[in-house]
Amino acid sequence: MNETASNSAANLAHSDRIRVDLQLIADMIEPGTRVLDIGCGDGELLGYLTRTKKVDGRGLELSNEGVRNCVAQGLPVMQGDADRDLADYPDGAFDYAILSQTLQATQRPKEVLSELLRIGNKAIVSFPNFGHWRARLDLMFKGRMPQNPNLPIMWYETPNIHFCTVLDFVELCKEMNLTIERSMVLNEAGSKLSLGSQTRFSNFLGNQALFMLSK
Amino acid sequence: MSTATNTEKRPPLPGHHMVLGETEKLRLDSGVEFGPFTLAYQTYGELNADKSNAILVCHALTGDQYVADEVHPITGKEGWWSEIVGPGKIIDTDKYFVICSNVIGGCLGSSGPKEINPETGKPWGLDFPVITIADMVRAQTMLIDALGIDMLFAVIGGSMGGMQVLEWCKSYPERVYAAAPIATSFRHSAQNIAFHEVGRQAVMADPDWCGGNYLLEGKKPSRGLAVARMTAHITYLSQPALHRKFGRKLQNRGAITYSFDQDFQVESYLRHQGKSFVDRFDANSYLYITRAMDYFDLSLEYDGRLAEAFQGCKTRFCVVSFSSDWCFTTAESRIVAHALNAASCNVSCVEIESDKGHDAFLLDEPDFHMVLSGFIEGAAEGRGLR
Repeated sequence: MNETASNSAANLAHSDRIRVDLQLIADMIEPGTRVLDIGCGDGELLGYLTRTKKVDGRGLELSNEGVRNCVAQGLPVMQGDADRDLADYPDGAFDYAILSQTLQATQRPKEVLSELLRIGNKAIVSFPNFGHWRARLDLMFKGRMPQNPNLPIMWYETPNIHFCTVLDFVELCKEMNLTIERSMVLNEAGSKLSLGSQTRFSNFLGNQALFMLSK
Repeated sequence: MSTATNTEKRPPLPGHHMVLGETEKLRLDSGVEFGPFTLAYQTYGELNADKSNAILVCHALTGDQYVADEVHPITGKEGWWSEIVGPGKIIDTDKYFVICSNVIGGCLGSSGPKEINPETGKPWGLDFPVITIADMVRAQTMLIDALGIDMLFAVIGGSMGGMQVLEWCKSYPERVYAAAPIATSFRHSAQNIAFHEVGRQAVMADPDWCGGNYLLEGKKPSRGLAVARMTAHITYLSQPALHRKFGRKLQNRGAITYSFDQDFQVESYLRHQGKSFVDRFDANSYLYITRAMDYFDLSLEYDGRLAEAFQGCKTRFCVVSFSSDWCFTTAESRIVAHALNAASCNVSCVEIESDKGHDAFLLDEPDFHMVLSGFIEGAAEGRGLR
C-alpha cells in the first residue's frame, strides 16, 4: 500500500488539470496565501493549490474516505463539517475560506457564511442556482422539484436542504453587510458565462454561482 | 542476594546503551534530581550529513526499543512495529535514521525499578522515583542531544507512544518537524486509570510481589502480573474482534466440563497472553509505567485549555484514531485535533475504520498504512528530504 500511495501522489502531481469550476476558484487565489477548503472531497482543489500556488492549505471533509485520500496525498485534512467544526479556528486564521458546492447542504447557511468570514479574510462560495431557467421550467411545467445532471438526487434523499437562487444569495449578503468582491455564474459544465453585470440574467441563465465575499 | 546474582548472570541485551545525566541530572516532575541514568536504544538506517532525517519512534506501555529487529532478544519474534518500520517500508530505514529508546522506568535496559541502585548496590524496587510521560520525553531529549540532532524529522508513536509524541510537541515544538500521535489522547481517561488500577492491584495482591522487593527475595509476582496483562489485553481488543476470533468455542474439548478449567478458547488465549507477558516484563516497571500514563494530562497546566499547549507550534500533525478503539476513542483524538486547529497548527485528523480495537495500530491495517505513508512522504517533501 506504500506503493499505491506514492503512485497516486505521483499521478496527481503529473496531471495538473482540475474540474473547470474548481479552476475558476483556483484562479481567484493569490499564491502563497493561507487557504481553508471546507468540503474538500478528495483534495482535488486543495492539492492543486498546494502544488501550483504554493498555498498553506488545510482541508475539512465530512467523509472519512475523502479525508483518508487527502492525507494519503500528504494534504493536511481533518474530518468535520461546516456546521459544527468551524468554531475552533481562530479569527483571521486564513486568507481564504472556500466553501464549494456545500452551502446548500449545511444546516444553518447564514451562520456558516459568517463563520467563513470570521476565520477567513475572504470567503469563496459556490452553489447550485435554483433560479436557473430549467429549474423554473421543472416547477412550472412538470410541477416537479428540479433535477439535472448536477443535482441528480431525489428530494427525499438529497443532502441539499437549503437551496437558493443567485438573487436570494445577493439579498442575504446585503442583509449580512457582506461585500461581494466578485461574482460569476457557470453553465452546466462549470464554465464561466459572460453575461455582464445583470444579476437577473445571471439568475436566469446560470447553473451554478460563484462568489468571492469580504466583510 | 540470589536474584542480584541472577541479574548479573543475565546476558546483556543487544543494542546501544547510553549513560546520561552525568554532568547535569534529569529533573523529574516529582522534583527528584535523577542521574546518572541509562537509556537503552536501537537505531536503524543512517543519519544523513545535515542530521535532518531522524525519526524517533516512541513505544507503548509494554513495548520496547526493538521496534524493527528481525528477532527480539527475549521473545524471539520480530520487532513490534516491523509492519511499519524497515527497509522500503512506510518508515523507510533506507531513507530515515530511526531511533527508539526504552522509556525510563522500563525493563529492557533503561534505568528502571529492576536495575541496580548504585547507592545501595541492590535493585531499586519501589525506591525508584515515580516518573511521568514528560520525564520519559526529557530523558529522550538528552539522548537526542547526545546524538547531535537538533530537530527530529518526525516523532511517531501509538498509545503511550502517542502521549510522548504530544508531550514532545508541547515542550519541544522547535525540535519536531512532523508528529504522528496515533490511537492516543492528551490525557488518560477515568476508565483507563480504573483499568490500570485493577492491574496494579492484581500485581500488589500477589504475595510474591513482597511489597515490591521480590527481586531481593528471589521471587516473581507472575500470577499478579499475568492477571494485570489479561485485563489490559481485553481493553486493547474490541468486542466484535474478540467474538469473531473466539466466539464461544471450546478449548480442545467437545463439551463444557463443569469446572473452572479453561473450557473456552478465549480463556486459554488470555492465560497464554498473561503467561508470555511475565517472561518479558518486570512487575514493578508495569506499576511505574501505568502510573506515568495515569498522571498524563497535557491540558492541566493550562486550566484545561489544551490549545494553549500548542500555541505557536509549527509542527505538522497527523492525528490517527481507530473506530473500534474504546481505550483511546476518536472523540479524544478530535479534541486534540480541534485544539491544534485553535492554535493554528497544521493538522490532519483521520479515523480509520477497523474492528480490531486499540491494537489496530500494531496490525495490518491498509488504510492506516496508506495515511501514515502519505503523511510522511508529504512531510519529507516539506523538509526537503527527497
